[in-house]
Amino acid sequence: MLGLDKKDTTLLLVVIALAMFAPFLLNPFPSGSAMAQFNAGYPDLMQRFVIFGIFAIGFNILFGLTGYLSFGHAAFLGVGSYSAVWMFKLLSMNVVPAILLAMVIAGLFSVLIGFVSLRRSGIYFSILTLAFAQMSFNLAYSVLTPITNGETGLQLTLDDPRVLGQSATDQGGIPVTNFFGIEMRATHTLDVGAWSFDFNAGYYLCAIIMIFAFYISLRIFRSPFGLMLRAVKSNQQRLNYTGLNPKPYTLAAFIISGMYAGLAGGLMASMDPLAGAERMQWTASGEVVLMTILGGAGTLIGPVLGAGFIKYFENIFSKINDNVLHQWFAFLPDGMEDTLVFLVHPFVGKGWHLTLGILFMLVVTFLPGGLVEGGQRLSRLLRRGRKDEDAGPDPEHHPKETPHVAE
Amino acid sequence: MGILEVKGVNKRFGGLQALGDVNLSVAENTVHAIIGPNGAGKSTLLNCLVGKLIPDTGSVSFDGKSVLGRTPFEINQMGISRVFQTPEIFGDLTVFENMVIPAFARRDGSFRMHAFESVSNEKDICIKAEQMLVDVNMQDKIHMHAAALSRGDKRRLEMAMCLLQEPRLLLLDEPTAGMARADTNNTIDLLKEIKDSRDITICIIEHDMHVVFSLADRITVLAQGSPLVEDEPHNIRGNPKVREAYLGEAA
Repeated sequence: MLGLDKKDTTLLLVVIALAMFAPFLLNPFPSGSAMAQFNAGYPDLMQRFVIFGIFAIGFNILFGLTGYLSFGHAAFLGVGSYSAVWMFKLLSMNVVPAILLAMVIAGLFSVLIGFVSLRRSGIYFSILTLAFAQMSFNLAYSVLTPITNGETGLQLTLDDPRVLGQSATDQGGIPVTNFFGIEMRATHTLDVGAWSFDFNAGYYLCAIIMIFAFYISLRIFRSPFGLMLRAVKSNQQRLNYTGLNPKPYTLAAFIISGMYAGLAGGLMASMDPLAGAERMQWTASGEVVLMTILGGAGTLIGPVLGAGFIKYFENIFSKINDNVLHQWFAFLPDGMEDTLVFLVHPFVGKGWHLTLGILFMLVVTFLPGGLVEGGQRLSRLLRRGRKDEDAGPDPEHHPKETPHVAE
Repeated sequence: MGILEVKGVNKRFGGLQALGDVNLSVAENTVHAIIGPNGAGKSTLLNCLVGKLIPDTGSVSFDGKSVLGRTPFEINQMGISRVFQTPEIFGDLTVFENMVIPAFARRDGSFRMHAFESVSNEKDICIKAEQMLVDVNMQDKIHMHAAALSRGDKRRLEMAMCLLQEPRLLLLDEPTAGMARADTNNTIDLLKEIKDSRDITICIIEHDMHVVFSLADRITVLAQGSPLVEDEPHNIRGNPKVREAYLGEAA
């Protein structure tokens, strides 16, 4: 289907299913129950899942295929956001031109940064991209205030021209972003028994774009161009002595991943029309690196999983405070309750970074291929278990595999 | 006038004179061997030919055109392929993918988003790549990861990749180093067949005299960065200067 082989088609269908049924999958607990705070199916967070998924998919095209570790990808995200907000200010509240402009501007920006940074490889490349991103951040924060509105961040106002739309609604408010009339914030809530599921127009727009972005990356991975990028990662020397200049290939990969970041930035602004400089900060660049490595760099679905994983932690774990912990452990005697709360406290709430850090270390140490490798090992284990049942116990021909993790 | 002309090449690394006034002329469709003790400057000379190093003085020209100042990929496009002393292959890719890249790298070097667009018939190229793997006796390893190959196989793969490009000049840097005798003989047979069956000039650096004397039409002996003698193999064998350079015997 669509020029994909059977395995890739299955993968694409899985991604489509996950994206389409996310409102159900992410809300497994009845609202109002004690577990409801683990529900992630509210529009704001679901949008963030897919937007950062797009960001990480794009980053993976550069890092996973060519091995060039960019530490400044958030710059493109920020540039995309600013472009989109300017489109809302000047043209109309339709998200399509905003997203397109975000991609174009981010693409142009990445031509510039990529052309300079790709003169070096390895750690020097990373440092150059980091320097560029920090430069962009600081410029957006100070000198470029007329364009970026500095510390406050770029926002919509009532006296923006919006030549194709209206400056203000009839009620005198700022109009909302829409896709040919469908408002991005429109949400339909479906109540089934104790459960409630939110279907948000903005989320579905992001999800469809994410599926499309995933499909493009799938095609890039399987194409001759993708083979060239993997050859760049594997051995640039040999590529040079085979009569091929690796530079244009890496630059093309850099621009593509920059445009993915711009797309993510544009979508972010479309969901919530404001843009601030902190979107370009190095922590944001580092986050996408974490997402990609955590999910599995160089794998197709890894970055999406990693993005979901980190965003879930950021939004769900950070909300567990001491009160919630006391509720959970209320059935225990007082002394034990306090001790347990004391022990768990550093890992939740504001300490969610600690949990994430530990998980990240565990994954990198024991599963260098990320969450995807974890999944593969699990499925191999299960499959072997099934085969064992069929063949009956035969210890001689099924030697125990050396454990990868010390048990 | 040979296909490869090296004139008055000097190369200095700090205080070390790696190459001193090297002149070399390789005639078309011959096998030219360069021998010499360790540190004689053989590999430095080769690096000057493929654009990895630029000589301090002197000129290097291939087919009448200077190669100096050109990048390695441009020099490759002129028709020079090189097999390295330690195999340089795409370790993360399969053997077949390794073969596909040189097979499709047409000699004009321009960038193509669809990297194989320049090729008129993809199927022909795939058949050619497979045939070349049969020639080097690696057809059963076609789907293996190149990094998992044995050292000898990596070397053979690299040679197959270079040959697939149909170069006019093939540079071999110790192609049989570390190989078992049987593998060495296979390599000799392969190279003999190549030189008889197509228009190709081969320049080979080798320590194994068995290989050198079975293949070479002409031999240059380098010592301490300068050519000592250049002659036909049977004259080199008994040359007292060569014996001295290699073994330190008094002439």
